[in-house]
Amino acid sequence: MGFEINGKTYETDEEGYLVNLSEWDEEAAKYLAAEEKVDLTESHWEVINFLREYYNDYQIAPAVRVLTKAIGKKLGPEKGNSKYLYELFPYGPAKQACKIAGLPKPTGCI
Amino acid sequence: MAAPQFEVPKLTGYAETPAVKEGASAHIKSFPASESVQAAIGFPGGLVEDWHDKAIAKMGDLLNRYRSLRVFMDACVHCGACTDKCHYFLGTGDPKNMPVARQDLMRQVYRRHFTFAGKYFPALVGAKDLTEDLLQEWYTYYYQCSECRRCSVFCPYGIDTAEVTMAGREILDTVGIGQKYTNEIMGKLHKIGNNLGLPGPALANTLEGLEEDILDATGAPVKLPIDVKGAEILLVTPSADFFSEPHVESLVGYAKVFHATGASWTLSSKASEAGNFGMFIGSYENMRRAALRIREAALELGVKRIVVGECGHAWRVAYSFWNTLTGVGAGGADPFSIELQKQLDSRYPAPQHICEYTYDLIQQGKLNFDKSLNDHRVITFHDSCNVARGARMSDMPGGQFVIPREVIKAVANNFHDMAEETIGESTFCCGGGGGILSDDLMEIRVKGALPRMEAFNNVVQEHKVNFLALICAICKAQFTKVVPYYGFDMSMVGGVHQLVSTAILLVDERENENQE
Repeated sequence: MGFEINGKTYETDEEGYLVNLSEWDEEAAKYLAAEEKVDLTESHWEVINFLREYYNDYQIAPAVRVLTKAIGKKLGPEKGNSKYLYELFPYGPAKQACKIAGLPKPTGCI
Repeated sequence: MAAPQFEVPKLTGYAETPAVKEGASAHIKSFPASESVQAAIGFPGGLVEDWHDKAIAKMGDLLNRYRSLRVFMDACVHCGACTDKCHYFLGTGDPKNMPVARQDLMRQVYRRHFTFAGKYFPALVGAKDLTEDLLQEWYTYYYQCSECRRCSVFCPYGIDTAEVTMAGREILDTVGIGQKYTNEIMGKLHKIGNNLGLPGPALANTLEGLEEDILDATGAPVKLPIDVKGAEILLVTPSADFFSEPHVESLVGYAKVFHATGASWTLSSKASEAGNFGMFIGSYENMRRAALRIREAALELGVKRIVVGECGHAWRVAYSFWNTLTGVGAGGADPFSIELQKQLDSRYPAPQHICEYTYDLIQQGKLNFDKSLNDHRVITFHDSCNVARGARMSDMPGGQFVIPREVIKAVANNFHDMAEETIGESTFCCGGGGGILSDDLMEIRVKGALPRMEAFNNVVQEHKVNFLALICAICKAQFTKVVPYYGFDMSMVGGVHQLVSTAILLVDERENENQE
């Protein structure tokens, strides 16, 4: 399973998550977002970039509280809440945003 | 994952038994586990060559190991009492989701190979050979059962479909057919210590952030300690409590309760998961391996008490099986169990549920609340299936029903129960338990939630209920995702200790500093 953009192939799992984190680039993010029917704006990119930075440091996506706090600090307290994140990523900031950011899917009772 | 397309049932105000629709949910199947996922938990990946003989041999093994399974295979008289008790049948109308039919998928093979009549006159007794198609049907319908055991409450013989489902899943795993969701998580737990795969440093970072949040909000220096040797209490909680909303609100609640009485407590990075998916797949070996992490952590840290956070299946494993699995509680006879039994303080229940812990402090008058802080909420409580029917709480009969409600009533003014036939022992599963909480099973999750949503909607209409209080990480995740399909807001879903967290009064130490 996978997709191809400009001759570059990206491998995905059954649920459409990238298999290799290192293959991710902006083109892949745009493709994955379109699949999720999410129109990427500057606000989405803020979240995506934070997710990738955090993953680099901790090998896991940030907890929702960590994410809302970081976004709140960066973009103002009115955006530091899960409601804002759900507006950006209606299927849930954890799973949908991770997918577009090329991170593995968070698993468990979530 | 974009929302899947299917018809969401309409709420009518009445719990109706649907007309039977053959094959209505036959298309709903979760992704199978890959070879590497299977290998990580000790199973082959992909259908093995001699699958038929292996499956029958495994069935024989399980029939010998669990006397109950043989009784369940033999005892059913097809009276039909269970047929309309399953939330997945009520939500889909698929007759194979009637508990009796789900059991019969295995019973027909049992008869063919393990009964005299079935061996020699199969057609007379409804005995059937195990074919690849039938195996696939097992995979479909044993993963449309949440092992909630509601049907067994109504079965005059007490047949427990959950055990049949567990046996079915274990046979499937043995021949190489596993479910990606459950088995991948099981592997992560073995490797990293929790279902999320949250490594120690990320956990520490998350807890630190929460301490800052609580301090900002209350002025109380509430701590979330981790890996503290010599602490009195080890709290084992689902890793979702660290990661998700609304789960984290309850974690904050537990921490505030511990703080309020100055308790010495710790979390553990090794035992950073209460949930035990080994039970979902009927795998004793995996269940034991997961439970042993908790024993190891308890021995290393030297704790005297073990308290379990809001997690339904965890509590069933902890309350009902930890004693012989790990020596928490009486029963384990190996040296480590004996050592642990000596170490634990026998004046307290081992293990103890967090609701029981908080309730005890409330009884003693050690916690102070301002109930009016919860006045914006009108609350109802959903009994989690595995707590309601798979365990108890304290030594009080029915304690698992009484205690969480008493905790809620101690911290809030507005509480209304849902209809009696949908709570307590007869509670409906949230629709996501037992390995069904997977995105690829969203259709069955939404449809299976129908009976609970009917009962919830009725108290919303009648009493203006706006908060569904829960004590299970799966229930929290399932309802957060599913209530919007039925027209409710996801913010109506939360934890019992979230309510405790809202109302508990802590000393604002910043104010004291200012006064000084």
